[in-house]
Amino acid sequence: MTVSTQHGGRPGTGGEHSAEKLLAPVLSAFWDEPGSWTLETYLRHDGYQGLRKALAMNPDDLIAYVKDSGLRGRGGAGFPTGMKWQFIPQGDGKPHYLVVNADESEPGTCKDIPLLYANPHSLIEGIVIACYAIRSRHAFIYLRGEVVPVLRRLHEAVREAYEAGYLGTDILGSGLDLELTVHAGAGAYICGEETALLDSLEGRRGQPRLRPPFPAVAGLYACPTVVNNVESIASVPAILHRGKDWFRSMGSEKSPGFTLYSLSGHVASPGQYEAPLGITLRQLLDMSGGMRPGHRLKFWTPGGSSTPMFTDEHLDVPLDYEGVGAAGSMLGTKALQCFDETTCVVRAVTRWTEFYAHESCGKCTPCREGTYWLVQLLRDIEAGKGAMDDLDKLNDIADNINGKSFCALGDGAASPIFSSLKYFREEYEQHITGKGCPFDPAKSTAWAGRNGMDAEVNA
Amino acid sequence: MTDVSLGMPQLPAPDYPADVRARLEADAREVIARYPGSRSALLPLLHLVQSEEGYVSRTGMGFCAELLDLTTAEVTAVATFYSMYRRKESGDYQVGVCTNTLCAVMGGDAIFEELKEHLGVGNGETTEDGAVTLEHIECNAACDFAPVVMVNWEFFDNQTPDSARRLVDDLRAGRPVTPTRGATLCSFKETSRILAGFPDERPGAVEAGGGAGPASLVGLRLARGESASARVVHPRGEAPADSPQPGSEHLSSHDAPQQTSASDPEHPAGPAGEEGE
Repeated sequence: MTVSTQHGGRPGTGGEHSAEKLLAPVLSAFWDEPGSWTLETYLRHDGYQGLRKALAMNPDDLIAYVKDSGLRGRGGAGFPTGMKWQFIPQGDGKPHYLVVNADESEPGTCKDIPLLYANPHSLIEGIVIACYAIRSRHAFIYLRGEVVPVLRRLHEAVREAYEAGYLGTDILGSGLDLELTVHAGAGAYICGEETALLDSLEGRRGQPRLRPPFPAVAGLYACPTVVNNVESIASVPAILHRGKDWFRSMGSEKSPGFTLYSLSGHVASPGQYEAPLGITLRQLLDMSGGMRPGHRLKFWTPGGSSTPMFTDEHLDVPLDYEGVGAAGSMLGTKALQCFDETTCVVRAVTRWTEFYAHESCGKCTPCREGTYWLVQLLRDIEAGKGAMDDLDKLNDIADNINGKSFCALGDGAASPIFSSLKYFREEYEQHITGKGCPFDPAKSTAWAGRNGMDAEVNA
Repeated sequence: MTDVSLGMPQLPAPDYPADVRARLEADAREVIARYPGSRSALLPLLHLVQSEEGYVSRTGMGFCAELLDLTTAEVTAVATFYSMYRRKESGDYQVGVCTNTLCAVMGGDAIFEELKEHLGVGNGETTEDGAVTLEHIECNAACDFAPVVMVNWEFFDNQTPDSARRLVDDLRAGRPVTPTRGATLCSFKETSRILAGFPDERPGAVEAGGGAGPASLVGLRLARGESASARVVHPRGEAPADSPQPGSEHLSSHDAPQQTSASDPEHPAGPAGEEGE
């Protein structure tokens, strides 16, 4: 497949901007086949070929290869995957662990769950490769508990992999032994933070740890540990099988490769779009039918609620790590939540802030107390009981949370506040001067305008 | 949130009956053996005790503490931290309506209001017949299927107030209910056993529901040059009123081609010019 590496392509310039050229299904390439989740289907699509190549390499060379591919973490932070592996001290006599972060909970993020539901073996193959590289004999998949259909398929895929000799002892005759444990969480957004996840996996409350020491030195059971996102690890087999040059032919120099973009909200075709890094929201909307008929984009998140929101001014921002960063946000999880002009930004931010307050683990005072007070202020404003100086107070509290807690949950809570005040301060002011919300939530629903359904909205 | 009771401290929780205890202990030993450090088994064990009683009882917490050589305070600290552990007797079906921003805006708020009124219960409360516990939940990683309702942590995609009302009616009437993606619903206790790490033994459970949902496939279909599929999975039990029928195209306004995201410049973004008032 020919893949565009251009950034910021403009619409309406012909065939080279068609979906066939702009998209690049790799992980999602056979999701529509019957039994896509089975080992048999996976093997038919070159499954476990990357592993064979990896096992023929020296582990250090394998780490260097993944590093050279330029693969960066798909869980939000974008840290180079190969570098994470390289940080594991070798020859230290301690057990090493790989922990896959499948606690996908960032609002708007919905890529790992469909991936694991439709193609769990890509993750398992990636796990075996990664464990061979970092010399780990026990890996864990920490799956959020609230997705039982995915858990079922992971249980089955792991069983199949053991039976076929891709897990267990002497894998493919290489001498590699590997145990893989599927671990279901129990409902806590914070466990997506890697050190909170490790505490949770050790049977504790999920609270972030102070770093250093980093998990690469003292992670699970205080042993060297790599924590990687599902999509990051699942991308490794294709890199091995098809080569790092193939991978680098997509995306940009600093953000190479393919990734899953998740389009949701008031768009004509919400769903998963796998494309080279650097595609724009305009291109994705162009190919997929745009916003829902009769409406226009108002604001959107590039990578979940923790990434500062964008507006229709940012439709041509290349959705890669540098492009989104330069525009003042973060690529995050590529969760493109799109809201149209019927949506009240104060309502949206209030709800996100309630989420952060609910999910704050309570360890750090700025986050625990700050998110509580943000909610009080925002609820008042949304209900028309706010005062003008509340807006500065919001900014001030967010500023006192941002960067002042152990983990990024606090920063995430501040992002929607800062960015919405930046782009939509007038709308906040309207809530205050008009003593209430000027929006009708019924107009934002998925069924708004559908015959005979509006009446229900007020039920 | 937590009820504060003053006065006499509670007596120690009673033990499980001997046969229950023996059965649970065998399961627990199997779980503990999966981890290099036994305490890692605590979250699965709390799921396991929920599979016995439908919630994490003091008896259950005492059991976990004893098997893992922890204090009951340590176990309680963990059990109260995670939202999937129920602290009191609850319904056979945990119905969670996503009211995080995106689902809320797309209709989750309206669905939750509808269910509260229809069932006559509030957040975290259970219907009198013991069938349904209603709660609002946070983002469940299915935003492209919004608004989403979860029952016993199975996906019910693209819900409306009407479809959700029929869903809980079916649950209360004991009619079999099938999620949009995944296997036929089992009880909360049976679900908890899967979460504890024991695979679903029901024949066909893994295959049930088929492959990826329609929204998961839209990018793939476009990449192959196929036209975008209908956006809405029709709500449970309802005719797909506005999605294309086999052999036809563009029956729905949802399929109308849109030039760009900013295709309707007549509509200003701010609330003032919109349907305010």
